[in-house]
Amino acid sequence: MLQGYGASLLTGAGLTLAVAFVSLAIASVLGVAGAMAKLSRNRVLRTLALVYTTVIRGVPDLVMMFLIFYGGQLLVNKLADRYHWDDVTIDPFVAGTLTIGFIFGAYMTEIFRGAFLAVPAGQREAALAYGMTPGQALRRIVGPQMLRHALAPLSNTWLVMVKSTAIVSLIGLSDLMNRAKNAGSSTQEPFLFYAAAGVMYLVFTSVSELLFAWLRQRYAVGVRQVRI
Amino acid sequence: MDFDAVAQSLPSYAHGALATFELTLGALAFGMLFALPLSIVRGAHSRWAWGPVWAFTYVIRGTPLLVQLYLLYYGLGQFEAIRDSFAWPWLRSAWFCAIAAFSVNTCAYTIEILHGAMRAVPAGEIEAARAMGMTRGVMLRRVVLPAAFRRMLPAYGNEVIFMLQATALASTVTLLDITGAAGEMNSRFYLPFEAFLTAAVLYLAITMALVGLFHSAERRWLLPWQARSS
Repeated sequence: MLQGYGASLLTGAGLTLAVAFVSLAIASVLGVAGAMAKLSRNRVLRTLALVYTTVIRGVPDLVMMFLIFYGGQLLVNKLADRYHWDDVTIDPFVAGTLTIGFIFGAYMTEIFRGAFLAVPAGQREAALAYGMTPGQALRRIVGPQMLRHALAPLSNTWLVMVKSTAIVSLIGLSDLMNRAKNAGSSTQEPFLFYAAAGVMYLVFTSVSELLFAWLRQRYAVGVRQVRI
Repeated sequence: MDFDAVAQSLPSYAHGALATFELTLGALAFGMLFALPLSIVRGAHSRWAWGPVWAFTYVIRGTPLLVQLYLLYYGLGQFEAIRDSFAWPWLRSAWFCAIAAFSVNTCAYTIEILHGAMRAVPAGEIEAARAMGMTRGVMLRRVVLPAAFRRMLPAYGNEVIFMLQATALASTVTLLDITGAAGEMNSRFYLPFEAFLTAAVLYLAITMALVGLFHSAERRWLLPWQARSS
């Protein structure tokens, strides 16, 4: 299939998914931390989170990635010089996932903050009144309800994130995009391979959308729906 | 920080900013031009009318912009028929391909935004327009579109900012926009921090200006209208 480059593209697609999932994990952790900072009473934390979400949304992902990849390498080189370490090279996988995770952490911050605010305060108070610890209240009562509110924007963010992983090909990761480029230039048929890559991305986004539709339905069980 | 190098490169950043503006505005203008009629077709009754438009927006919104850009710029040259055609001088140019790819991309998103805004127009307003004896065209022009344009302001503001940042990809097809200028400075001085930080600050400043612009547009056109309708 695809002049013998089918397997190579599939391997690249696997790496693309790996980048997307690792970025998702980083973004979720940053998102929870950011939302907690934004909702906290500490003014310094709130300001920090505000700067984080504002700055990230104003800078293109490509610029951010070059800054972290090339700038980070320079920083590591300088540190290595000063402390006489062995040469350390920044791995493109680390740089790529850190960049994408860092960027989408800002979007997750807003999603989790909104979802937390969407759950009525009485729910948590009632849970605490029943003698649950704050952790239990979050896990059993507030968390599941938050998830319902967060699912729609989460699915949106996930789709944008899967697509923006394509830029990691520019710092030398052999993801789907990078392999399509190589296959295209060695066979002189770039259109075919970019189109094939496009179809694979479309499969990812379509499957994700179906999964999220199912999840949304599951978490909306017990919510009365009114048609206008 | 080496500010001398930044100062030396400022002219190329200025050129880059101009290119970024041109790419963003060009893409938004062409995108809107095609999105306006297509979003009306997207809301048509016949499946044969809205189906193709839906398929177009689905495919464009489901694939990375980088793929779309590379398909146009690197991909089309694969076909001899295209290389021999009258359009080849344009299709060979990075400028044309970048504007075309960005336009198609923002067109798809704008279609969905406009379509959603038009669907959100209250049924009573449309019924009233029909009762007044307006034709479909007059109703669209006087009732539906003005309401939809106001309602779409917040979502379209996001799209404009997204487009501005997406133009950074133009630097991957040899264009010297802000990101391209940063890449050039980095390869000249090997100062990645200074080079890309300057670019980041420029993008951030333009984004802030756009956010402010849309904020005041919303206050001017959306707020008074919302107060009246509620």
